[in-house]
Amino acid sequence: MDTKTIQNNTKDTETTERISGSEAVIKCLLAEGVDILYGYPGGAIMPVYDELYKYQDKIHHVLSRHEQGAAHAAQGYARISGKVGVAMATSGPGATNLITGIADAQIDSTPLVCITGQVGSHLLGSDAFQETDIVGISTPVTKWNHQITKASEIPEVFAKAFYIAKSGRPGPVLIDITKDAQIELFDFKYKKCKGVRSYKPVPDTDENSLKAAAELINNAKKPLIVWGQGIILGKAEEEFKAVIEKAGIPSAWTILGASAIPTSHPLNVGMVGMHGNYAPNVLTNECDVLIAIGMRFDDRVTGNLETYAKQAKIVHFEIDPAEVDKNVKTDIAVLGDAKTSLTELLPLLHPNSHTDWHQKFKDLYKIEYEKVIKNDLHPTKEGLTMGEVLKEINIQTKGEAAIVSDVGQHQMIACRYAEFNTTKSNITSGGLGTMGFALPAAIGAKMAAPEREVIMIAGDGGYQMNIQELGTIFQQKVPVKIVVLNNEFLGMVRQWQQLFFEKRYASTEMVNPDFVAIAKGYHIEAQKVSERKDLKAAIKEMIDCKGPYFLEVRVEKEDNVFPMIPTGASVSDIRLE
Amino acid sequence: MSENKQYTVSIYTENNIGLLNRISAIFQRRHMNVESLNTSPSEIDGVSRFTLVINITESQMKKIIGQIEKQVEVIKAFYHTEDEIIYQESCLFKIKSELLFDERQIQNIIKESNARIVTVNKEFFAIEKSGRKEEIDLLYRELSVFGIMQFTRSGRIAVTKDEMKISTMLKAFQD
Ligand SMILES: Cc1ncc(C[n+]2csc(CCOP(=O)(O)OP(=O)(O)O)c2C)c(N)n1
Repeated sequence: MDTKTIQNNTKDTETTERISGSEAVIKCLLAEGVDILYGYPGGAIMPVYDELYKYQDKIHHVLSRHEQGAAHAAQGYARISGKVGVAMATSGPGATNLITGIADAQIDSTPLVCITGQVGSHLLGSDAFQETDIVGISTPVTKWNHQITKASEIPEVFAKAFYIAKSGRPGPVLIDITKDAQIELFDFKYKKCKGVRSYKPVPDTDENSLKAAAELINNAKKPLIVWGQGIILGKAEEEFKAVIEKAGIPSAWTILGASAIPTSHPLNVGMVGMHGNYAPNVLTNECDVLIAIGMRFDDRVTGNLETYAKQAKIVHFEIDPAEVDKNVKTDIAVLGDAKTSLTELLPLLHPNSHTDWHQKFKDLYKIEYEKVIKNDLHPTKEGLTMGEVLKEINIQTKGEAAIVSDVGQHQMIACRYAEFNTTKSNITSGGLGTMGFALPAAIGAKMAAPEREVIMIAGDGGYQMNIQELGTIFQQKVPVKIVVLNNEFLGMVRQWQQLFFEKRYASTEMVNPDFVAIAKGYHIEAQKVSERKDLKAAIKEMIDCKGPYFLEVRVEKEDNVFPMIPTGASVSDIRLE
Repeated sequence: MSENKQYTVSIYTENNIGLLNRISAIFQRRHMNVESLNTSPSEIDGVSRFTLVINITESQMKKIIGQIEKQVEVIKAFYHTEDEIIYQESCLFKIKSELLFDERQIQNIIKESNARIVTVNKEFFAIEKSGRKEEIDLLYRELSVFGIMQFTRSGRIAVTKDEMKISTMLKAFQD
């Protein structure tokens, strides 16, 4: 999909020319099709910024208000576009501020190239001003990293960085460049990387395992698919849909798998995991074959491993061999990328419908609807619920919005209730659960997909973790829609305190500022809603607004998110209240 | 639960800065103590080899190998039990010179253990011994009776009885 634009911009530079390391950095980015990057300047990266000034018509630099914001914005950009996001910072504090975003990208397999300036190479290791060992610090949270001390290394390292970030299971890469390497002149020539000797991004798919998987699936009476982000990262949405439709298999998603197929698809049976839907969680412990596709059996998904799907044969479609048998022992592992393996699986499958088995999901859904969903979406008590806000957003955006959520109760509600008609529409911090993710990520998402409605949903806690990015929104005129569901609590922690710590609300109550005034201080249109009767009109005003918009919704202070699998419990012990 | 066993791990890698950090971090994160570690060039130009010894269960070992191989610059990692490899460690003892002449027993120990005198001067002499850990332990016990000024032991180095097809693998990577 995006390959066409990339190819146009990425002709290898054939001629050599004598330029500085800094100019080479820009030329490398251009050669890789980068036209936007997020960052923050400082002494050790100034030569690159100086060159950016010259290239500002070709490459747009977005000045964030904090490097963490730059990293998350690059993530949002990457998640919605499927391209590599780029973030840049100076040495020392600039570099360390990127780390949370890098760690988040690592665990959620988001392709990023992060560039950091470094002190001059003669000062390395001397505790010089603003020197940190960022290569050492970032090692456990990057797919690859490298320090450049000579300008001549720049082209090869950048080519390799982009290749590694986006190939196979994607991930973040960090390039640290000493200041002298940025200034040094050398003969520049760029060649895109086509492979790294020691690195095999996609393992070969073994035909026998594919056949064995097909046989298990064909013979299954009660098959259940759990899919993850691997479908989206592998651009395998169509192939996936064809497979589940032919074999008639109920399919559930992990939080990062959301939106790969439309929410309304009849075979979509909801979310698995700690706050997932009742039916797929309970029936995980009843299915006879569990087919995991592009997911990694995260502990938030499996609950107690000792009791997870013990009765089922497990088939695992996976690109990363290190994930196979890591948490759940599989019976058949099909290595390879989802697009290829699902394409090859399709002709081996028998058409089926599993009607009785489907009925079980419907029956359990009814129970969940009565106990939970009805109260969330159609509340009868006075206070507003997070769920009804989502419902109204669904109605007014017709399920076409990209939802960028932060971390907490609102995140679970957003993922449970947002309607997704389009893939890559659920942008959230899954594996790291990083509060403060949403606001900057929404900036990146909107800039990558300006044609889409991008709605950020955050709690009053997480919103304030990167609230300074309102400045970026204002300066860049990014028309993101910001919704803060204000319960005056660190809601999710409060919920745990209520359920497991005898209501001892230690440091979870929040005294909040006038959020509307703050937004207006950044010249962003803003409104606050506390009553049900005003909700619809307020959301309409937000969506109709051409520019950025801030909407605060005062929701019930002590609502809880259900269903819930308490930590360490079995998926089938999921609680509805 | 399966039992801990001693494994020798051989990791073939590109010869790049920072890999030691990445590999040791894999063990550190999981609170696993590496018994011994050696890095050196391998039989292939530009390819380094890490050899390390660790006591863990086989299922832990398999997962660790997966995590190690996931590193971009790791070519291949293998693990082996004692009986699948030929291995050696090497050690150096520094001992007061006078003991060499005053204690006849020392000369016998050196001879019987197949240790080698590396250097002798007025103050001290140094002996070297290569062998299995138990042999080195024995020599250490025997010499400590007389007093050891300094002692150091290398990490294990090992070759496998079976072939490791690294060259063919490297070719396949490049195709
Ligand atoms: C950076 C960070 N710090 C702490 C946490 C732990 N944490 C998880 S959810 C949560 C509360 C979130 O509160 P809020 O943003 O108000 O959202 P709500 O749960 O009320 O919807 C906290 C503190 C976290 N996930 N990330």
